[in-house]
Amino acid sequence: MSEQMLEILKNGIWETLYMTVVSTAFSYLFGIPLGVVLYITDKKGICQNKIINFVVGIIVNMIRSVPFLILLVAILPFTRFIVGTTIGSNATIVPLVVAATPFVARMVESSLKEIDFGVIEAAKAMGSSVGQIIFKVLLPEAKPSLLLGGTISLATILGYSAMAGFVGGGGLGAIAINYGYYRYQGEIMWITVALLVVIVQLFQEIGLHLARRVDKR
Amino acid sequence: MIVYQLISLSKEFREKGNTVEAVKNVNLNIEKGKIYGIIGFSGAGKSTLVRCLNLLEVPTSGKVIFNGKNLLNISPAELRKCRQKIGMIFQSFNLLSQRNVVDNVCYPLEIAGVKRKEAKQKALELLEMVGLKEKAKSYPSQLSGGQKQRVAIARALATSPDVLLCDEATSALDPITTTSILELLKEINQKLGVTIIIITHEMKVVELICDHVAVMSEGTVVEQGEVKEIFVNPKAEITKKLVLNKALDASDTGRNFLRIVFEGQSAFEPILSSLVLECNTMVNILGANTENIGGKAYGQMLIELPKDSSVVNKIKKFLDSKSVYYEEGGIAG
Ligand SMILES: Nc1ncnc2c1ncn2[C@@H]1O[C@H](COP(=O)(O)OP(=O)(O)O)[C@@H](O)[C@H]1O
Ligand SMILES: [Mg+2]
Repeated sequence: MSEQMLEILKNGIWETLYMTVVSTAFSYLFGIPLGVVLYITDKKGICQNKIINFVVGIIVNMIRSVPFLILLVAILPFTRFIVGTTIGSNATIVPLVVAATPFVARMVESSLKEIDFGVIEAAKAMGSSVGQIIFKVLLPEAKPSLLLGGTISLATILGYSAMAGFVGGGGLGAIAINYGYYRYQGEIMWITVALLVVIVQLFQEIGLHLARRVDKR
Repeated sequence: MIVYQLISLSKEFREKGNTVEAVKNVNLNIEKGKIYGIIGFSGAGKSTLVRCLNLLEVPTSGKVIFNGKNLLNISPAELRKCRQKIGMIFQSFNLLSQRNVVDNVCYPLEIAGVKRKEAKQKALELLEMVGLKEKAKSYPSQLSGGQKQRVAIARALATSPDVLLCDEATSALDPITTTSILELLKEINQKLGVTIIIITHEMKVVELICDHVAVMSEGTVVEQGEVKEIFVNPKAEITKKLVLNKALDASDTGRNFLRIVFEGQSAFEPILSSLVLECNTMVNILGANTENIGGKAYGQMLIELPKDSSVVNKIKKFLDSKSVYYEEGGIAG
């Protein structure tokens, strides 16, 4: 393989990691509050509210049911508005965050659902406010599960980012398409696929290890 | 002084068309410094009642007056302040699994705005009192059930509550651990003057530490009074069942029997042997046990009644002459 190709692959890895990690970070920034809202406004939640729960639930489900590539194209004007362009890594981050936030919200909600309800009741009985329950009970108690969910989200977002390569996104996905698909360099495609697999595996291992280490159960 | 006053308290659960009246028109006064038992079989509404005391369950109607304030009339912020004065422990301990023992005890202090250093010191003092100081850095998953309940007790006491609510606090524990937890609660009651309200389905718990007891059945309080009165002279059918639970096994229900209660120093054998001699009859003992109620020994014995009514009268006369308390009756199976 040529020096040049190696350089391209190295850049691809870097871009993929950058897109994935930044998108995941933003998805969690928005997804955690949404997940918490979904959880606490649900029946038996600490802030039951049918209307908010229904509205947020509907929005989340709607975005989740749109296929990623369609979503990506549909929000191109929005992407241009946010980052000023529609090609490259930064432009991919916008649709990735839009697509992943509802997914993350559901992941967070399901992590919170794992918490023993008795613990929340005990906190309530001790005179905790809703905010104190969220920040001192819900999120800390769900931490190991949230970390595990985080690794799943990373892997999912990585997959989406590769897809974005089809429509002008950067990273390993774009390399696989440009060299493997359009220029018939099969081996480059397989190398990028192998690299993607290795990255997913790494995320998974690190996530599992972290979750196990912080879990005191 | 009265800590809690419950006035025609009711709680209904509505679920898909059908209503469950879990608590029906309960009136109860709970005196400061006492250990108060609420006993009843499963489903009687005990947990619902105790959860109404700190509004974990909002009553459908009635008043919950705590230290003179009706909890149903105050603002959410005031309610949170009141809850800091109402400790609670549970059957399933409900500790924060991701916090170590000392940080669990710090939690209520943290939310009350106590400074970290002060909170930690108070937590360590409480852990010392419950005998777990050396476990301060352990996590709940590393503790036994009894130890977890001790941590939960320390946590419930952190904000120096006036009342401690215990919902089946010993039901998940073995008999020896149960006794040690109950002794700890008694000690806390005596040392700190905390009023304790204990929910249980076991008469033994009530006999061991309670001063007062209310018996619940189908959502209502059917009988209440001092524990020894209730033990010696249970009136409600359900109370009789609870008191006799251990002395009589299920296969014996339905037979006619005489329940003889011994107070203080009286013992079974001398009375029984003179009964047999003086009445010239054989008696069939169905069961017997002794209890320590408020530091005093009490015993109960169940004997099957002979068919001959003249012999029955003779036995009763004999028991009267010895001033032994007894009651006649069969329990429906
Ligand atoms: N959250 C609830 N929703 C519906 N019914 C309930 C709920 N909690 C308790 N109940 C019903 O109320 C009755 C009393 O329950 P509970 O207070 O738990 O009794 P106990 O603690 O004496 O066993 C039961 O019939 C139970 O099914
Ligand atoms: Mg119960």
